[in-house]
Amino acid sequence: MTTLGQLGLWLALLIGAWGTFVGFYGGITGRAELIASARRATYALCGVLVVASIGLLVALLKHDFNVAYVAGYTSRDLPTVYILSAFYGGQAGSLLFWAVVLSIFGALAQWLTSRRYDHLLPHVAGVTSAVVLFFVIVTLFAANPFERLPFTPADGSGLNPQLQNPGMVIHPPMLYLGYISITIPFAFGVAALVSRRLDTGWLHAIRKWTIVSWLFLSIGITLGRWWAYVELGWGGYWAWDPVENASFLPWLTMTAFLHSVMIQEKRGMLKKWNMVLISLSFLLSIFGTFITRSGIISSVHSFAQSQVGYYFLGFLIFIILAMAALLWLRLPMLESEAHLESMVSREASFLFNNLILVGIAFSVFWGTMFPIISEIVRGTQVTVGPPFFNQVNIPLGILLLALTGIGPLIAWRKASVRNLQRQFAVPVASGGIAAAILTALGMGNFYAIATVSLGAFVTGTILQEFVRGVGARHRLHGEGYAQALARLVGRNRRRYGGYVVHLGIVIYFLAFTGQAFTVDLEASLNPGEVAEMRSPWGHTYAFTHIGVSQYDELNRLVSAASVEVARDGERVGIMKSEKRQHFTCSAPIEPCPRQMRQRSFEPSTEAGIRSDLREDVYIVFAGVVEGTEEAVYRFTLNPMVWWVWFGGFVLVVGGVVTLWPGTTIRTVGQDDTQGGYAAQLVEAKRA
Amino acid sequence: MRRRDLLGHVAAAAVLPLAGVARAQEPPAGAAVGAPELYDPFRVGRPRDRITDYENDPFIVGLESRMRCTCGCNLDVYTCRTTDFTCATSPAMHREVVQMVESGKTAQEVIDAFVARHGEMVLMAPKKEGFNLLGYFLPGAAIASVGAWLIWALTKRRTRVVTAEASDGVDVSGLVPEERAKLEAELSNLEL
Repeated sequence: MTTLGQLGLWLALLIGAWGTFVGFYGGITGRAELIASARRATYALCGVLVVASIGLLVALLKHDFNVAYVAGYTSRDLPTVYILSAFYGGQAGSLLFWAVVLSIFGALAQWLTSRRYDHLLPHVAGVTSAVVLFFVIVTLFAANPFERLPFTPADGSGLNPQLQNPGMVIHPPMLYLGYISITIPFAFGVAALVSRRLDTGWLHAIRKWTIVSWLFLSIGITLGRWWAYVELGWGGYWAWDPVENASFLPWLTMTAFLHSVMIQEKRGMLKKWNMVLISLSFLLSIFGTFITRSGIISSVHSFAQSQVGYYFLGFLIFIILAMAALLWLRLPMLESEAHLESMVSREASFLFNNLILVGIAFSVFWGTMFPIISEIVRGTQVTVGPPFFNQVNIPLGILLLALTGIGPLIAWRKASVRNLQRQFAVPVASGGIAAAILTALGMGNFYAIATVSLGAFVTGTILQEFVRGVGARHRLHGEGYAQALARLVGRNRRRYGGYVVHLGIVIYFLAFTGQAFTVDLEASLNPGEVAEMRSPWGHTYAFTHIGVSQYDELNRLVSAASVEVARDGERVGIMKSEKRQHFTCSAPIEPCPRQMRQRSFEPSTEAGIRSDLREDVYIVFAGVVEGTEEAVYRFTLNPMVWWVWFGGFVLVVGGVVTLWPGTTIRTVGQDDTQGGYAAQLVEAKRA
Repeated sequence: MRRRDLLGHVAAAAVLPLAGVARAQEPPAGAAVGAPELYDPFRVGRPRDRITDYENDPFIVGLESRMRCTCGCNLDVYTCRTTDFTCATSPAMHREVVQMVESGKTAQEVIDAFVARHGEMVLMAPKKEGFNLLGYFLPGAAIASVGAWLIWALTKRRTRVVTAEASDGVDVSGLVPEERAKLEAELSNLEL
């Protein structure tokens, strides 16, 4: 099967090159046979890469340790689910994964896109084939997963224990799907530029793809946070690591694009900006892959350093130059059809929302690259860690939160004073009350007060929109409240789905605020001894060390420590934290005899976590004091962590609502000029 | 006794007898492992030191949170020593910090001592001086500049557009003040 896989890759190389050529040439000349050939090439590319992927999967499942990739990332005792996830767990396999998924997306784009956009599809085929071709080239010449060893080891090295977690089974593919699917909107953007069809058609064609990309990125980032929290054992979920930043960057620009695209659809403005944003998102998705694989910046998440970084750097430079040239050539065709009529309008608010989102993206990019820049300019290595990112980004984030509430309430084109009064009275009052309560309670953290009160303000805007919309339907159509809500959302999924997403963002911000109040305690305890600590919510926790046990699991040795936890004197339960030492077997025997076990990887930690709505109890067992029964622990009380996962859930629900079929496209007219559902009713009433 | 209490005691009873005294030597790298010894501190990881007040001292924790562990883990010293239990670098750095604090050094002196030895890279964030200021202020300055430019450009363009529209529109110069006031009131009420 690996021979077939290798053959599939070589065929993909040829088909990809052909698809790229006929896609662009056929699109430019309009020759029907070439256009048809380009379409068939995307399907064929998908077919051969699926065969190549099956080849690798079979090798993984059959423990073909003669294949270097299989020996490097799996072992006989690795559970099947992790054997499958090893497909994208290593450098070479993940590159093949990129190629095959993009080829599937490319084929789906050709298959599912309405015939109305036939004029764009040949170029889309050209772009997707070109990007797949690049990944196939890297896979074939720099990181081939089918490369064979001169000998066959008895067992493989196994998968890094930190990757043996359910979160890691789905987090990387979700993130990859997000990264990869950005190629499709980008391809349509390029197609619009090359074909000179720069009306809003390409935006309508990519709407779902854009949301799909954004949704996958959101899910991937949330799952990444969860994995980091439960698996890495440091008690947090975001460390501003370069690889985390790399996933955040395209999310930010895609979020900006999702907003600014509305202005182009409604008002015919920001055409250049939208082209820049989608190109930037694609570039950042490739940049993220470059960061992860080049070793240019050290990160706990990076793949091993290899030559693939040079390929990615070359590709990035090529894309930047090509897009700059294409945009320059088409600049006269990207003029706005309308102008901003007022600084107090939804367009202006979205514009500033874009500015902040892209500003945050720039600051994250700048901070990520600053160590390299410093080394080049000053010859001095510096570290840019969480203190830097927090200092720069927290104020920007708070500003963004404020704009999240302001934007949807302001009318298109120009807001009147009366409109502002009517729309903002309740939300501003909500925010003010929240700030007053927190201040009265003695909270002194400015950022926390700002975040919570702005969160209340944004929640007020969202609830107001729903309440007014439901109330209006109830009055005008006599619908029950539940029915009115369902119809309200159903009639304008994009808008109300967007509000749900905003709610998810508010929940995120509130949850992130909790991190400012985290408390830690290190303690070494003999059995029966108790460590006490006070939580930010005022509870007193008592941790009683019960004991340590050591036992063997399928592919690891385990030391586990148990703690009895009590809160305010009430017993909560017993929590366990583990330290694990994975091993491989020097002979293909199951179960592996003790004398044949070889330690693999560094010991890993399984934190004990007990979560509730207020705070998480997070226990890490560090080890035992030599010659005693004394266990060393780190106890952490993490406020509001549960809300991070819930915020992610709400965000995804909002995204799915937005994505659900049935959303209609409307251009600006009298009914659209006023912000908010109630305002539309005012217009309807006047008519 | 409630059921969950009972279960807790049963679990505790099951675990407690496993307690024993640690006695083992670190196996050589790559050697066979898995000797059935309870509480073998080398079985997973390595033996730990007993926790003292210094480990939880907010002053020391604060200092260590500002310094990066030099083992290449990308974590600050505090997070590394309480997370990456295979790392021997962060505990060593911690001991040095404790010694310096015990000897009466101020926070800045401790930081300076580490910077002198390891370079600026030992700080979790660059010092706010010289070229580093560009790192801190460029994003904010860029956003402020682009924002100011946006406001200027859009206001200028809007003025131009409004002027052009006015010149092509209805001449209102002949309105009497009452009519003008009425028009303005109507316009301000108009929901655009």
